Amino acid sequence: MSELKDYVPVVGQAVVDDLRLLAERLRGKRVQHINSTAVGGGVAEILSRMVPLLKEIGVDTRWDVIKGGEQFFEVTKKFHNALHGRPEEISSADFEIFRENGRKNAREMDTGSDIVFIHDPQPIMLVEKKSGNKWIWRCHIDVSNPSRRVWDFLMDFIPRYDSAVFSAPSFSRRLPLRQFLISPSIDPLSDKNRELPEETINQVLDKYAIPRNKPIITQISRFDRLKDPLGVIEAYRLVRKHKDCRLVLAGGTASDDPEGLAVLEEVKEMARDDPDIHILLMKQNDIEINALQRGSTVILQKSLKEGFGLTVTEALWKGKPVVASGVGGIPLQIKHRYSGLLCHSVDGAAFALKQLLGNPDYAAELGANGRQHVRNNFLLTTHLRNYLLLFLSLYNNGDIVRI
Amino acid sequence: MPELKKAAAPFVFFSRLNLPELTGLKAATLFQLLDLLKKVPGSCIYHHTHSFLQQHDAFVSEPLNDFAYWVSFVLGDAMLGEKLAGIDTVQFSSVHQIREAIVSVIEAHLKESPLARLRFSGEGEEFHFVKSVSFIYPINRQAYTLAEFLEILKLVSVDCIYFHFIEAKLRLEHNDNDFSSWIRFSLGDSETAEKISRLDPYTQSLEGLKNSIVSILRERIS
Repeated sequence: MSELKDYVPVVGQAVVDDLRLLAERLRGKRVQHINSTAVGGGVAEILSRMVPLLKEIGVDTRWDVIKGGEQFFEVTKKFHNALHGRPEEISSADFEIFRENGRKNAREMDTGSDIVFIHDPQPIMLVEKKSGNKWIWRCHIDVSNPSRRVWDFLMDFIPRYDSAVFSAPSFSRRLPLRQFLISPSIDPLSDKNRELPEETINQVLDKYAIPRNKPIITQISRFDRLKDPLGVIEAYRLVRKHKDCRLVLAGGTASDDPEGLAVLEEVKEMARDDPDIHILLMKQNDIEINALQRGSTVILQKSLKEGFGLTVTEALWKGKPVVASGVGGIPLQIKHRYSGLLCHSVDGAAFALKQLLGNPDYAAELGANGRQHVRNNFLLTTHLRNYLLLFLSLYNNGDIVRI
Repeated sequence: MPELKKAAAPFVFFSRLNLPELTGLKAATLFQLLDLLKKVPGSCIYHHTHSFLQQHDAFVSEPLNDFAYWVSFVLGDAMLGEKLAGIDTVQFSSVHQIREAIVSVIEAHLKESPLARLRFSGEGEEFHFVKSVSFIYPINRQAYTLAEFLEILKLVSVDCIYFHFIEAKLRLEHNDNDFSSWIRFSLGDSETAEKISRLDPYTQSLEGLKNSIVSILRERIS
């Protein structure tokens, strides 16, 4: 696991010094993160890197995970989909399963830390135990267009928190509590993002039989309709009318996700026998994803819906020109024509791809701007700094705080 | 010589960090934007006219402020976007004045271009108002002479430069940037103070601004 000093060559000494100074102002405060899983998923991935760094700078931090059975997690998956605006049948019994599990965890879990930091809806009910300490609710998902029924249910609990945190301005709404904008982050030292030798990149492309004899357009994402893989192929075909290129669609799908497998079949059917479309169903392998991104000419993220879009962050960090839909947190990362190109349709995506493939200097400039934008705003150290500021805001009201 | 003069009161260096606070307020048309521009806290106006400086601090080719960007690229009104980008923010000494300037540019545009009122954003592309919460803290450095000041300035982060040059002037309403004020009133060097005051932080990167100040001080001392 990386230590704070390892980040100095990437972000500079001043950034690390700021973290230590802020941590001093929080001396004596105990912080407790609570989420629903210790492994798998973006929240656990970030916490697994964040918590050791918080401890290293002297913030007394622990990380707890709520318990829940199969029924509970089936309900929370329905909640997740409904909060994303997808139609879901949610019965009264489902709400009761959620409540009962919440009560059970509340009985069993100690929540006496000075700052209790709840991640996502699953542990949201724990706030009923609040007694004199500070509570934060961090919503990692896109709730810009949620199911009214599920959102209203969550509103039984949200106002009891001291602050809420969202990943994009479009996820916020009028709420009777302070709400902050904190983006998720990538770790520049992780296997998914660290520099790779050219040899490794070539080995991975060879492994998947992807020649580098023509420009490569790549979308990395699981096979999910919200990532619009069929739209990606349509856009590629429009580009191919004028520019010879390859398309790589790479990602995973859970074996117990029937929809994911169905989407994969549709993608294969649409690609048919085009030898320049490479469909890669991959197991989790961070170095291979890193290599595919680095070996690509342009990265595409044509999502119809997106939380923050960390695959975009990863691509920008690698200095790649990116074409991405202007949804979720992507507009925070890409300023159109400055750090990438935003699109809103298949035709728009194709036009943007042609622009970048036809103008390598322009593409390189966008890529360089994108990398710098990520360095300034979306690395783990910035994320950590913003959490420390968030903790300080719990004890200081006002827009100008002297610490 | 002013550089040999020792000030009675030192220049105390501060820095600042910023946390964006969401308001839940959003606009989909120019009228809605205008209405909210008149009502939102000054911290919102400050955020949307300054966050781009902090987010893109390493570039010469700065993007536009948030209002100009949204009007240009979401509403597709290039003329108004250009007018908003062209507001000479450096002339203002308070956020209130910036708000008035933006409001008057939009009101004038709506009168001159009736079609502008028909423009609206797509779903999910509304303008979301965000506030800026600033955390200000001393960095445990102080200078009594111009030479000491220069040596420290070379070492500090761009956040420190940003605080004293922009934030203290606008949000704490210090009238001028802190560097010029101290050099003028504590060292009595109005000429150097004026040269620094004339620098435009909105058309160069913060690192570039820092280098410009360092050059002015070096020239003065040598």
